[in-house]
Amino acid sequence: MATTTATSRATLGTSAVRPDGMPKVQGRFAFASDVWADNMLWGATLRSPHPHARIRSIDVSGALAINGVSVVITADDVPGQLTYGLITSDQPVFARDVVRYAGEPVAAVAADHPETARRALDAIRVDYEVLSPLLDAEQAIDGSFAAIHPDGNVIRNQRVIRGDQSFVGDVIVEGSYELGMQDQAFLGLEAALALPDEDGAGVELFVATQWLHEDQKQIAACLDMPLERVRITLGGVGGAFGGREDISLQVHCCLLALVTRRPIKMQYGREESFFGHIHRHPARIVMRHHADRDGTLRRVEARAVFDGGAYASTSSAVLINAVTHMQGPYRCDIATVDGYVVRTNNPPCGAMRGFGVVQACFAHESQMDKLAVACGLSPVDIRLKNAMRTGDRLITGQIVESVAPVERCIRETAALPMPAPLLDEPDALELPGGSGLTARRSNIRRGVGWGVSIKNLMYSEGFDDYATARCRLADGVVTLQFATAEVGQGFVVLAQQIARTVLGIDTVLLEPISTAIGSAGSTSASRQTWMSGGAVDGACRLVREQLFAHVGATHDVDPLRLAIDATEVIDTMGTLRVAVADAARGLVLDETFEHHHRATEELDENGQGNCHVAFAFVAHRAVVDVDPDLGLVKVVQIATAQDVGRVLNPLAALGQVEGGIAQGLGLAVMEEIVLVNGKMRNPSFTDYLLPTALDAPEVVVTMIEEPEPQAPLGAKGIGEPPCISVTPAIVAAIRDATGKALTRVPVRPQDIVFGD
Amino acid sequence: MTVINATTIDQVVSALREYPQARLVQGGTDVMVEVNLNRARVHDVISLRRVNELRRWHVDEESGTVRIGAGVPYAEMERAPLCLHVPALGEAARTVGAPQIRATGSLGGNLGTCSPAGDGLPVLSALDAVVHLRSADDARDVVVHDFMLGVKQNAKRADEVIVAITVPLLVGFQGYAKVGMRNAMVISAASACLVHDADNGNVRLAFGAVAPTIVRARAAEAWLAERVSLRNSLTLDGAIAREFGQLAAKECAPIDDHRSTADYRRHAVAVLAERLLLRAAEQQGRDE
Ligand SMILES: Cc1cc2nc3c(=O)[nH]c(=O)nc-3n(C[C@H](O)[C@H](O)[C@H](O)COP(=O)(O)OP(=O)(O)OC[C@H]3O[C@@H](n4cnc5c(N)ncnc54)[C@H](O)[C@@H]3O)c2cc1C
Repeated sequence: MATTTATSRATLGTSAVRPDGMPKVQGRFAFASDVWADNMLWGATLRSPHPHARIRSIDVSGALAINGVSVVITADDVPGQLTYGLITSDQPVFARDVVRYAGEPVAAVAADHPETARRALDAIRVDYEVLSPLLDAEQAIDGSFAAIHPDGNVIRNQRVIRGDQSFVGDVIVEGSYELGMQDQAFLGLEAALALPDEDGAGVELFVATQWLHEDQKQIAACLDMPLERVRITLGGVGGAFGGREDISLQVHCCLLALVTRRPIKMQYGREESFFGHIHRHPARIVMRHHADRDGTLRRVEARAVFDGGAYASTSSAVLINAVTHMQGPYRCDIATVDGYVVRTNNPPCGAMRGFGVVQACFAHESQMDKLAVACGLSPVDIRLKNAMRTGDRLITGQIVESVAPVERCIRETAALPMPAPLLDEPDALELPGGSGLTARRSNIRRGVGWGVSIKNLMYSEGFDDYATARCRLADGVVTLQFATAEVGQGFVVLAQQIARTVLGIDTVLLEPISTAIGSAGSTSASRQTWMSGGAVDGACRLVREQLFAHVGATHDVDPLRLAIDATEVIDTMGTLRVAVADAARGLVLDETFEHHHRATEELDENGQGNCHVAFAFVAHRAVVDVDPDLGLVKVVQIATAQDVGRVLNPLAALGQVEGGIAQGLGLAVMEEIVLVNGKMRNPSFTDYLLPTALDAPEVVVTMIEEPEPQAPLGAKGIGEPPCISVTPAIVAAIRDATGKALTRVPVRPQDIVFGD
Repeated sequence: MTVINATTIDQVVSALREYPQARLVQGGTDVMVEVNLNRARVHDVISLRRVNELRRWHVDEESGTVRIGAGVPYAEMERAPLCLHVPALGEAARTVGAPQIRATGSLGGNLGTCSPAGDGLPVLSALDAVVHLRSADDARDVVVHDFMLGVKQNAKRADEVIVAITVPLLVGFQGYAKVGMRNAMVISAASACLVHDADNGNVRLAFGAVAPTIVRARAAEAWLAERVSLRNSLTLDGAIAREFGQLAAKECAPIDDHRSTADYRRHAVAVLAERLLLRAAEQQGRDE
């Protein structure tokens, strides 16, 4: 393509400003909870207070007697399939005979006001026979607890076996690691508005979701309607992180609308949100690493147990990610991995940024540090020594064909400047304990830690998660259409940048994001820049081809000689130069493109197979200050070099990196849903703590740009890697400062004070 | 629902007589949370926001005290000049919530709610503050120790409004330290306020979030008074500070909950008391 000199055009590679940016900052952006309709009713959900109970009866008469209550619905009112689910349909729309977690929906009401609806919920009498809950994942595996669901208590068991199973290394290190339950804690709460069709045979839904077509499929099945009668438009989404992949209020809202023939609005409050969506799997991973004396990693043994909670959600895919990433970004020929994800009466778990790899990474990175000590190497050297390269094999036997600049990630992270040492009289707010003014300089010890990770991109195991996009050029204006859920990541601006770059037209309009076009797949798995970006790019290229054909015919030039130079069509072998706007006058070009990634395979019983599409890598170095006597931590700095392929929007990329680091920090030192007997103790932002500005570290970043040949734009997904290895890096730094073992995250003050 | 926008304390107390079930609202940072979480059904409201008397504070040089209106927001306490008069209150105010909460939350509300984790309360306890109450019938002063009765329980009658709090102007170190599970905007898991009255040598220590209500560590205070000559000069060796902290921690009755554990809380207040005492000694050394 012809080169362009510096322009102020918002094309690929620039920090183009998002179309939704100013409205969001100014409070004008309509989130799903802001959508409104005349004559609408409010929906609300009754949830089980028990983690495990049999429902003897439900008496809704008290609720129906309340003035302003239109209807109460239960499992008996579901016209179609009684269950939904992303991979297996095992989760009831409403619990019918049994409730399997505290917070499970039992009934829903529609009323003229949210307060009326709330009172109606209070007036529903559910007679429960409380059962003892299955809370221990090991009991789900060993069969000592009767099945709590017809599908059984083990959701999936997968081994990964490779190489000489009798191999014993010269150096062996072992550890047992545990992760608590993290929540996505997106700020924009679940919300939807459902509008029934006049004939009652269809419904239109505005909803904050991650994957419109998957919602459509599951809703239609539950409503017993053909797909096209469920039309979904994306409501403004305030963050997702995996927590909106599953159905939450969608079916309830549509069903209430169809029963009442009135528009229904539903929105969760903060507390209900914690019950309404799935969480990150808590996990326990026992690992043994074998190495040569010089630190060469030879064998990884691991047993991983993930608690999937009451329903399957994406648990089986999360487990596959975990077991296939156990070696980390290191060469290793021999593996003995056994992974379980099980059903319990804890809240259901599913997708969250990092998707199974977060858990594996905390374990393997903790192990690499142990190995470094055992072999007398530094944390950096042990990682450099074993760093994976393109062409190496995973423990699944799959060859890593992706660009794999692991060594560069580590070296460039190490080259980033360290933070300034603590001043003699530092600002007390900057010390561990922050505004609590608990520490002085003399109470503080500083530590440094490392973490490196590998993360698969896109869906795995044979799934064709394609993306569709349409490009229409008319009157010199480009209009793009796609069903890619914009959850905050910025695809809306990326799509515009692609169109501007490919077509040389600056005015790029976006159709509403809806099921009026084919699927874009989920906004997850670090996949939309690659997949929907590829689809938009493909659609724009098809339009450009037609434009060139037209210009070629008009000017008698072979269209193959034509190219876009900034905003002009040029003849690369001649003098022709015409503004795209002029060239396109009177034309209406309209193309749709589907982007598919290359096919993947399922794993065999030994966990062998080419199950993943591609990989991205990142290194993190954490510097922390710790007050060991109080167990308080301040993460001072995170340095990171991330393998991104190509930076398409520097500001957006930085946002992903900084945000991911904050989320990984949260898991390292504070974020956890505390469960006691299957019940959440902290479903609020008062007690489910997210990092504040005083907790967030300085972030220094190098983007490693080695374009990925497989990726349509050369760019890898960058959403998940920032939050994965930062967690073990922070914990390693706390270990460095305190000498404590710290095998569990989040690390709590009492773990530092009283731990070994 | 009736909302009374009072502008004087007289209006407040007569409204309280007329609507005995009415809820007083100053900043609303506790009341509105209760309402939103359905923990409180509010029928009538008496808003205190426009009662200017409640928003004032002044120094009385003669009695050596500061009288702080019940509605003065934390934002004002954390800044000069008020924080120069009562430094520990300034530090406690800075730890409360976020700027939005501090712009409107008040000591009247902190006392009204009387949570053991209320950040203003250990300071009032260590300073032996006096709470001024008014009703349509009478006015009375209650020492803060008699005012705070238990978890979310206080000695205020339904017909009373807290008008102001009086604390002494002291020479000598005073400080507040709070342990939470993150570095800002967090509910206290354990906190301590230590005040050194350099004129008479008294050291006073109070803890928050480690018992049903604020704890004054009187035994540890007395122990220290026997060991160290406290008048004017506070010289101290580290072992004494450590033992002081450990003794004081024995006066707490902390619990295990989802925020922390009893063991950790007991440990944390010991560390905080030790550190605050060392800071007091350090400052005393500098002042001389
Ligand atoms: C996000 C958030 C963070 C918070 N963080 C903290 C924190 O870090 N530390 C902390 O201590 N607190 C915290 N709080 C709680 C709250 O801000 C404090 O307790 C504050 O002091 C309450 O003051 P207010 O004026 O808002 O009280 P209001 O909510 O107006 O009233 C609270 C109670 O006191 C009564 N009351 C108020 N004024 C009077 C009066 N003059 N006479 C008699 N009764 C009265 C009310 O009737 C009510 O019962 C937080 C609250 C929120 C929402």
